[in-house]
Amino acid sequence: MSSLGQRADEDSVLVRWGLVAASLALAVVIFLLPLAAVFTEALRRGVAPALSAILEEDAQAAMGLTLLVAAIAVPVNTVGGLAAAWAIAKFDFAGKRLLITLIELPFSVSPVISGLVYVLLFGAQGYFGPWLRAHDIQIIFALPGLVLATIFVTFPFVARTLVPLMQEQGRGEEEAAATLGAGGWQIFRRITLPNVRWALISGVLLCNARAMGEFGAVSVVSGHIRGQTNTLPLHVEILYNEYMFVGAFAVASLLALLGLVTLAAKALLEAFAGRRVRAAA
Amino acid sequence: MTATVARLVFGRRRHALPGLGLSLGVTLFWLGIIVLIPLAALAIKPWELGVQRLGLALIEPHVLAALRLSFGAALAAALFSVPVGLLLAWTITRYRFPGRRVLDAIIDLPFALPTAVAGLSLTALFANNGWLGAPLAEWFGWQVAFRPAGVVVALIFVALPFVVRSVEPVLRDLRPDAEEAAATLGATRAQTVWRVVLPVLWPATITGFGLGFARAVGEYGSVIFIAGNMPMVSEIAPLIIVVKLEQFDYAAAAGIGLAMLVLSFLILFALNLWQRALRKGQA
Repeated sequence: MSSLGQRADEDSVLVRWGLVAASLALAVVIFLLPLAAVFTEALRRGVAPALSAILEEDAQAAMGLTLLVAAIAVPVNTVGGLAAAWAIAKFDFAGKRLLITLIELPFSVSPVISGLVYVLLFGAQGYFGPWLRAHDIQIIFALPGLVLATIFVTFPFVARTLVPLMQEQGRGEEEAAATLGAGGWQIFRRITLPNVRWALISGVLLCNARAMGEFGAVSVVSGHIRGQTNTLPLHVEILYNEYMFVGAFAVASLLALLGLVTLAAKALLEAFAGRRVRAAA
Repeated sequence: MTATVARLVFGRRRHALPGLGLSLGVTLFWLGIIVLIPLAALAIKPWELGVQRLGLALIEPHVLAALRLSFGAALAAALFSVPVGLLLAWTITRYRFPGRRVLDAIIDLPFALPTAVAGLSLTALFANNGWLGAPLAEWFGWQVAFRPAGVVVALIFVALPFVVRSVEPVLRDLRPDAEEAAATLGATRAQTVWRVVLPVLWPATITGFGLGFARAVGEYGSVIFIAGNMPMVSEIAPLIIVVKLEQFDYAAAAGIGLAMLVLSFLILFALNLWQRALRKGQA
């Protein structure tokens, strides 16, 4: 069949290498060059200025705030995501499709709108603004606003890595344990959690990367008070707008490293689990 | 029959496992507080202006220009991402070559890299003295950074992975039978790819296109650095929202946000219908 020429179910060597070369070239231009540019710009004047921009007081405050916000937002979405995945995968109820759609909704909302909605609720002229002012509670331009906006943009990450996996795994093992007399928490801890651990860790890592790197949503609710409500990505913007390019890129390269570590960890976890985890989408 | 017996013995199936009330309760509370109530505020706030003033706020020339830029540039970026995304998905699933795993991993970079970092680095790359900006300016006289073209470039970076990651699983699961059959029946390789492989990939491609487009429309961090933000020329719609908020014009900000959401959901809905029609045609 194939003696006369190219078989129609595989590509010739020429086509194969042409496509591979084109893919690699595109990947270099689209993905690798931007990544390389961050580190090159950061080190333009050597290591010392880059380091001092990272160690400087406002940068350290921003780093602390970023860690704090992620330390609140990620656990909230992990608990919520686990609860949602358990309800959706282990039970039948009406409106399940709608529930999944609503959980994924924050992914299709602009980050700026994700911040805006909380300003509408809690801002000076928002629905709860007067009440909050009367009770001297500040949400917008303060930590609670940053946390809420971050929870919103990272809302679906854990749920969407767990739901398809747990649906695929079915309920057989859990039901067997229940028949043998195991209680709810026991089933969850001893059977469900070990079954989904790699996917759960992946989901948490991706959630964390987005939480620490979020810009648009926190920009709207932050108020940009240096040393107080500035997260690391917002600090990058301030430095850049003040023409402190080396500093901006130095802090940016710290965030880029966070992204790279997340990608590497995700690849490792996929190798452990033997299945792919979708990063977003 | 057995199902009926089981139901009689164990009660309704949904009670086989404990925890529905707790897990669904936690889920609905979390969803309600974080997503549903805030989005309800977005849906209600704009109408404080009244229909007429809301309409006028939306057709202000610089608002219209920004909406046109955001949707137009997102469309251009998503369209560009289709052939490039198909190519990347094809090579990482079909061929074995050195660097394949790195290529596969690096495609997720835009998901993992904070948007402000992407924005900064793309600006440095495409500025007139940048690694890509300098040759483009010198050889072709093109300026990308601080122009609408810069917006499209940033949105390509954002949208491309969605196409690759949507198409890839379908390509991976595609059984070789159909391609072998086409070969046996005397089709050339080009015919096989065009008439057998690509039609199977279209629904997933449309999904990826839609996801990339939706994400690109609302994108902020990667765009504002490279866009230059010139009024009427390179101001994106999310930036207009930020500006309106800074002027404490909450209702107009919410109106623009709501318009963006409704418009992109309508587009996603249309894509969904198209996809369904395609799937039906194949079945």
